[in-house]
Amino acid sequence: MQVDIKTSNIKQLRNTFSHVARRLGADKPASRYQEATLDMQSDTNFHYRPIWDPQYDLYDTARTAIKMVDWYSFKDPRQYYYGVYTMNRAKQQDAAEKQFEFAEKRGVFFNLSEKEKEHLIFAVLPLRHYEWGANMNNCFCTSFGYGAAITQATMYNTMDRLGLAQYVSRLGLLLDGNTGDSLEVGKQHWMHTPEWQELRRSMENLFVTKDWFEVFLAQNLVMDGLVYPMFYKHLETRLNPMAGQTFSMCTNFMQEWFTETQRWVDSTIKTAVDETPENKEILSRWFDIWMVETTRALQPLMTALFAEEAASTFTQIKEELLVRAKKIGLRTPGAPA
Amino acid sequence: MNTPSIKPVFIAFVTNDDTRNIVAAICEDNPQATVEEFPAMVKIESPGRLIVKRQSVSDLMGRDWDLQEIHLNLISLSGSINETEDEFELYWGKAA
Repeated sequence: MQVDIKTSNIKQLRNTFSHVARRLGADKPASRYQEATLDMQSDTNFHYRPIWDPQYDLYDTARTAIKMVDWYSFKDPRQYYYGVYTMNRAKQQDAAEKQFEFAEKRGVFFNLSEKEKEHLIFAVLPLRHYEWGANMNNCFCTSFGYGAAITQATMYNTMDRLGLAQYVSRLGLLLDGNTGDSLEVGKQHWMHTPEWQELRRSMENLFVTKDWFEVFLAQNLVMDGLVYPMFYKHLETRLNPMAGQTFSMCTNFMQEWFTETQRWVDSTIKTAVDETPENKEILSRWFDIWMVETTRALQPLMTALFAEEAASTFTQIKEELLVRAKKIGLRTPGAPA
Repeated sequence: MNTPSIKPVFIAFVTNDDTRNIVAAICEDNPQATVEEFPAMVKIESPGRLIVKRQSVSDLMGRDWDLQEIHLNLISLSGSINETEDEFELYWGKAA
């Protein structure tokens, strides 16, 4: 008996979902990111307006002053959908875990003097509450934003913030020998120590800001753009070398995360800026307002942490952010050429 | 005999989510290339020369893509190879 092995070629009839194909202009293979993002949010057949805010629809483009023809033009350059996002973060968590393990084994922080420990706790532990605030703000963008392209990414950002806060807590546990005392002290600093109050005030002002796109810009571009370089790039040089190295190793995730997240934040705001001159005006105005506000709020901390280098370091951080803003297309009269 | 050869070079990949971006990047960077789809394989042919650029693929994928990852999905190719960190070039004849 003879067996013939025949191959047959089965051609699929459709390459992707119709709603995705309509956006791509033709029925061609779509990436997972496109399929998990484009037109995911429902936009028709809502029977009732929310009774707690009846002048708006449940999803309403009028909740921000920013106007877009297509709210799905906000593409995440990282192309994060649930699968890729979680896999990426899991990998990063493994790496961070190793770094904490190493720091613990070497016991670097145990050898610091009480005074140095107290200083680090004052300088860093309140950032747990900063991250929680940032989590709230991105939650706000997620619930009132329009279109899955942006709300999906802000939702991932909220989860990032919880992770970031946890890493700050881990740092605290390394400093206080796993008692958790540093966390309580950190909270007291955030609530009562004068140097932290202005930043807390800014954060709380942002909680009551109504326009979600303004919140997005203020939190993710301006506040992060000043806070992250300050604490996770420059602070290290102000610590003693041993502590500085361990600190920078344990905050490696923060540094990586900031670099990665910048790409998304910049591209999102750039998309809105490029859409219309009106958008550009509004966004530039918000940028100015929050730049002034956040600079003012960080000044006391700058002075406390950087002493005689405060002015020069702060100028450098601000200039970097202005250069970024200029690249995005915002009007920034103060930017260096 | 200094005119560059226009004998076709080709490169073939497994068809999957990753290679869709690689193929799209190649098409962008090599307008003269033609793409042929086979069951589970995609073959790109180009007269004389074909270039794969790391940056173009990274942009489409949305992450840093290492040029060496090309071997994960590579089925076959023809032509001489000129390889750097940023570019993977196929050609016939003398290197440019």
